[in-house]
Amino acid sequence: MGLLTISPSPHDHSSESVPKLMYGVIIALLPAFLASVYFFGISTVIITVTAMVSCVIFEFLIQRYLMKEKPAISNGSAMVTGMLLAFCLPTNLPIWLVILGSFVAISVGKMSFGGLGNNPFNPALVGRVFLFISFPVQLTSWPEPGVNHFAYLDASTGATPLSIMKEGLKNRESISHILLDIPFYQDMFMGNMGGSAGEIAAAALLIGFAYLLIRKIITWHIPVSILLTVTIFTGIMWLIGPTSNPNPLFHLLSGGLMLGAIFMATDYVTSPMNIKGMWIYGVGIGIITVVIRIFGAYPEGVQFAILIMNAVTPIINKYVKPRRFGEEVSNG
Amino acid sequence: MSPIVLYTIISLSATGIAAAIILFIIAQRFKVIEDPITDLVEEALPGANCGGCGYAGCRNFAEACVKSDKLTKLFCPPGGNETMLEVATILGKEAVEKDPLVAVVRCSGSFAHRARVNQYDGAASCAIASSLYAGDTGCQYGCLSHGDCVRVCEFDAIHMNPETGLPEVVDEKCTACNACVEACPKDIIELRKKNKRDRKIFVSCINQDKGGIAKKSCSVACIGCGKCEKVCPHDAITIENFLAYIDPVKCKLCRKCVPECPTDAILEINFPPKKQKEEETKPDNNGETKVEPVETDKLGEESKSE
Amino acid sequence: MFKTFRPGGIHPSENKLTAGSTIEELPVPEQVSIPLNQHIGAAPKVLVERGDQVKVGQLIARGEGFISANIHSSVSGKVLKIAAVVDMSGYKRNAISIKVDGDEWVEEIDRSPELITEIALERQEIVQKINQSGIVGMGGATFPSHVKLSLPRGMKVKYLIVNGAECEPYLTSDHILMMEKADQILVGATIIMKALDVEKAFIGIENNKPDAIDHMSDRAQHYPGIEIQGLRVKYPQGGEKQLIKALINREVPSGGLPIDVGAVVFNVGTLFATYQAIQKNKPLFERVVTSTGKNLEKPGNFMVRIGTPISALIEACGGLPENTGKIISGGTMMGKALNSLEVPVIKGTSGLLVLPEAESRRKEMQHCIRCSKCITVCPMGLEPYLLMAFGERELFERMEEEKATDCMECGSCNYICPANRHLLDYIRLGKVEINKIRRLRKN
Repeated sequence: MGLLTISPSPHDHSSESVPKLMYGVIIALLPAFLASVYFFGISTVIITVTAMVSCVIFEFLIQRYLMKEKPAISNGSAMVTGMLLAFCLPTNLPIWLVILGSFVAISVGKMSFGGLGNNPFNPALVGRVFLFISFPVQLTSWPEPGVNHFAYLDASTGATPLSIMKEGLKNRESISHILLDIPFYQDMFMGNMGGSAGEIAAAALLIGFAYLLIRKIITWHIPVSILLTVTIFTGIMWLIGPTSNPNPLFHLLSGGLMLGAIFMATDYVTSPMNIKGMWIYGVGIGIITVVIRIFGAYPEGVQFAILIMNAVTPIINKYVKPRRFGEEVSNG
Repeated sequence: MSPIVLYTIISLSATGIAAAIILFIIAQRFKVIEDPITDLVEEALPGANCGGCGYAGCRNFAEACVKSDKLTKLFCPPGGNETMLEVATILGKEAVEKDPLVAVVRCSGSFAHRARVNQYDGAASCAIASSLYAGDTGCQYGCLSHGDCVRVCEFDAIHMNPETGLPEVVDEKCTACNACVEACPKDIIELRKKNKRDRKIFVSCINQDKGGIAKKSCSVACIGCGKCEKVCPHDAITIENFLAYIDPVKCKLCRKCVPECPTDAILEINFPPKKQKEEETKPDNNGETKVEPVETDKLGEESKSE
Repeated sequence: MFKTFRPGGIHPSENKLTAGSTIEELPVPEQVSIPLNQHIGAAPKVLVERGDQVKVGQLIARGEGFISANIHSSVSGKVLKIAAVVDMSGYKRNAISIKVDGDEWVEEIDRSPELITEIALERQEIVQKINQSGIVGMGGATFPSHVKLSLPRGMKVKYLIVNGAECEPYLTSDHILMMEKADQILVGATIIMKALDVEKAFIGIENNKPDAIDHMSDRAQHYPGIEIQGLRVKYPQGGEKQLIKALINREVPSGGLPIDVGAVVFNVGTLFATYQAIQKNKPLFERVVTSTGKNLEKPGNFMVRIGTPISALIEACGGLPENTGKIISGGTMMGKALNSLEVPVIKGTSGLLVLPEAESRRKEMQHCIRCSKCITVCPMGLEPYLLMAFGERELFERMEEEKATDCMECGSCNYICPANRHLLDYIRLGKVEINKIRRLRKN
C-alpha cells in the first residue's frame, strides 16, 4: 500500500470530460455531414477533412512553438472548429482558402486569446467571416446540389434560396413569383438546395440537436430561443406584408439558421452561462439575424448575429445572474 | 485633386477638431485638483504596489504621507530608510528610522528530513491544503510546499527549491513587505532584523510538539531541549512550548548556540566558512564532533543523497 | 408521487454496497480516544483526570456555553491521558484516551430491548435531557441538538422535517436504522414534536430505499402527525435546505435558518439517539457506522462506540485491502479524507469508506471551457466557475457579493466539471476568508 491520498471532497467524479463533450459535438454533426455528402458528393469530404486537419495542425504548432505549452489537440476542440468552419463554407471553395480560413479561425479566433476557454468569439465564425469579407465572390458561389458527386472545383454553381429571395425582392418581384425559383419546403427541409456544406439539411441538423440534448451536451434554451424569435419576428413581418416578406417557415429552413442556432451559438466558450442569459442571447441573435436578412445588404445574417452577441456575452454574464436559492422568497 | 479626397480631408479634420474641443472641455470640467506634492512623493516610492505599508498601493501611501502630520506610523518596507528620508525631505517632516528586515523561512523539513506519510491531491495552494489537514508529514507545523509565499512575492525574492520542497529567500531582493508572512497559513515565515552581510542565526523550526514527537516526524526539528538557552550569553533565547526562539534584537550573532543544537535546528547563514568554525568548536570538542559546514551546503548534500 | 428539490442536483453512482447488511455490534476495542471537539461550538470542559476509573455512559466532559455538548465515556476503564491525537480535522487535537477494562455501564441506563412509547417528560425537561445526553446532529454537521430545540422568542415551528434521504453515496447507516429501529425513530420524532410543540412531521426518504419507505409508512400509521414522503433520488437531497424545499416547497432565505420558514430538521440517527436518551436514559456514546468499500472483504453496518479507532472498524471488515489509496470518513461526495488509521469515530461519523488507489486521485485539471454545467447543477443557484476564478485571484470580497457563503459544499460542481477543475477547493477557501473579513468588519 502506498501513501494515503488526502484531497478535499468530493472524492468522486462524473465520467464527463472535455474530449467526450467535443467528440459528442462531432458525432452530432455527422448526420449533417452525411446529408451534405449525399447532395454535394466528394467535395464536402475534401473541404471538411482539409479544415479539420489544418485546424488541428495549426493549433498544435501554435501551442507547441508559440505558446510553449503542452499541446492539447487531443481534446477535440480544434476538430470541432474545423468541422464547423467547413460546414459554413461552399463546397467548391479552393483548398488554399479553406486552409487560410482554418488558420485565421485558430490563430486569430482562438489562440490569440489564450486558447480554449478564453476566446470571446466563436473561432469557426471568425474564420468564416474573415473569408466572407475577404473573398466575397468565392464565398457566395455555391454548387448545385445533387448534380455531380465527383466534381470539386468545377461544379456548376447556383444560388441559395436566401440570395434568390434577396435578389428577387430587390427587383421588386412578388413573393409568389420568387418562390417559383426556390425549392419546395420539403426539399429545403431535407437539404436539397444550394448552400454551404453543412447548413442545407435542416432534418439532419435537428437529428444532431436531439443527440446533443440526449447526451446533455447542451441545453435546449439557446437554439429554441433563437428559432422562436426568428419565427415570431418574421411571422410579424409576414403578417404585415405578405407580398413583400416570405413566411417564417422559409426563414427557418433557409441559410445557416439551423446550423448557427444549434451548433454555432451554443459554443460553450462564447455563450452565456445561465438560463436567463441564454434567453437574452438567443433572442438577440434571432432579432439581429432577421434584421440583417430583411433590412440588410446581405442575404444571410446568422454568423454576424452570433458574433455580435458573442461580444455581448461577457456583459450578460456579468449582469444576468442565475436565481439564487432563497433569493426571492415567496413562502406562504 | 479630386473632390472626394478634398471632402475626406475636410470632414476628417473637422471631426478631429470637434473631438479635440470636446475632450478639452471635459478635461477642464472634470479636472481633479490634487496636491502636486503627492506626485513627488509617489515618484520617490519604489512603485511596486506591494501593499507592504498597509495601503492598497503606492499612490494611496503617498496620499497618506501627505495628509498625516507625522510619519511615525508610515513606513515603506521595500524602500526602506532611504526612501522614507527622501519622502520626509519632500514633505519637510521628520522620518523615522527602522531597522531593515528580511524574511526568514523557519522550517528545514526538506524531503530528506521529513518522511512523507500522506500525499496531497487537490488545488495547489497552502491555504486550501492547511484547511484540510495538517500536512503530508507527521509535523503539523511545517511547510506545506505549495508555494503560496512564492506566488504573493512581488519582488521575485522567494523561490521554491524543488529538491527540498522548501521556499528560499533571496536576501538582496527581499524588501520585507510582509506579503509572504501573511500568505503563509502555518506562520513559518518571520521578518527578522537584517544584519551585516546578511548574516543570520535563527531556529529554523516552529514545531511545538514534545521533543520525542517532534523528532520522530522531522530529523531537524527543535525538541526544546534548552541547551541553546543555557549557552547563550545574551539571554536572547527563550523556550516556550518545547520550542526555542532567538530574539533577533538581543542576538549578537556569537554563534555559540549553533553547535549546541542536537538536531541542527539552529541555522547560521552567510558566515565565513569552516576555518573559523572549527576554531570555535574545538574548545568544547568531545571527540565526536561532526562539524557541519554552513547549513545551506548541508541541505544541498542531503537532498542529493535522497 | 415522489418529490424532489430544484434547482440543481446530480446523480452520482450510489454504490450502496451494505444496504442489506444488518447492524452488527462492533467489539469494544482495547483503547478509545474520545475527542473533545466532536461538535460545532465550544470545546467542553474535561471532568476526569489521568488515572480515573470511568463507566460506560459516565459524563467525562461538560459542554461550555450555549453551543456546546456533553461528552460521555463510551467504555469502562481507566483514563490513560488527555492529550492531542490526530482526529477528523487532520490536526492533532485534545482527546481523552481510555484504556478499556470490562464493560460496566452506568446503572441508570435501561438496557432492556422493549419499546417505550409513553413520553413521561415535559417540554422543558426533554430539551434539558437532550442537552445532558450530549446529542448532536448525527448526519454529519454535529450541531448540538438542544440548541435547535431552544427556539428564539416569538418563533413558531410548523413542521418537523426528518432527514432519511441519505443521498450520500455508499452510506447506509440511516437506511439500516430505519429498517431495524423504525419504532424508536418514530417515538424519537414524537418526542421532538412534543418538545417543539408541532403537529406535523415529514420524514423524507429517497426512493432508492423502497423497503425503508414501505416499512416506515407501515409503522408510522401508529404515530399521529407523522407522514412518510418518498423522494426522487437526487444528490444533495439530504441537505437541510434542499430537503425542506423538496418536502414543503419552501426556500430557506440566503443566510437564514430552517426556522425562518417554520421548519426544524433532524436526522433519523439523531431521533434514534433522542429516543434512547429520553426513554432509556442512555446518553450518546455509540452510533451506527457504515464501513464500506468495493475492495473490503465484508463491508457492513456496525454499532460502534465513540472513540473507537477506525482501524478496528476496518479490521472487522476483513482488514485493509492491498490497493487502498484513500480512506474517507463519510461518503464520496462530502466525506473527509483521513490521514491516519488511528482517527477515532466521533458522533458525526456516519460512514467509513475505503477507496482503491485507482479511484483516489483526481484527474488532471484543464482550462475552464465555460460549459456552465457547474451552474446547472448548483443547488444554491451559484456560479462556481466564477467563484473559483475570484478565489484563485484572492478577490474574496467579490466572492462575498456573489453569495459564496450560501455554498454548502455539496461538491456537485466539482463532480460534474468536465475540465476537472478544483471548484469547491477555492470556494471553501473563499468562505473561510470571507468569514475572516466579516469578523474584522465587526471589530
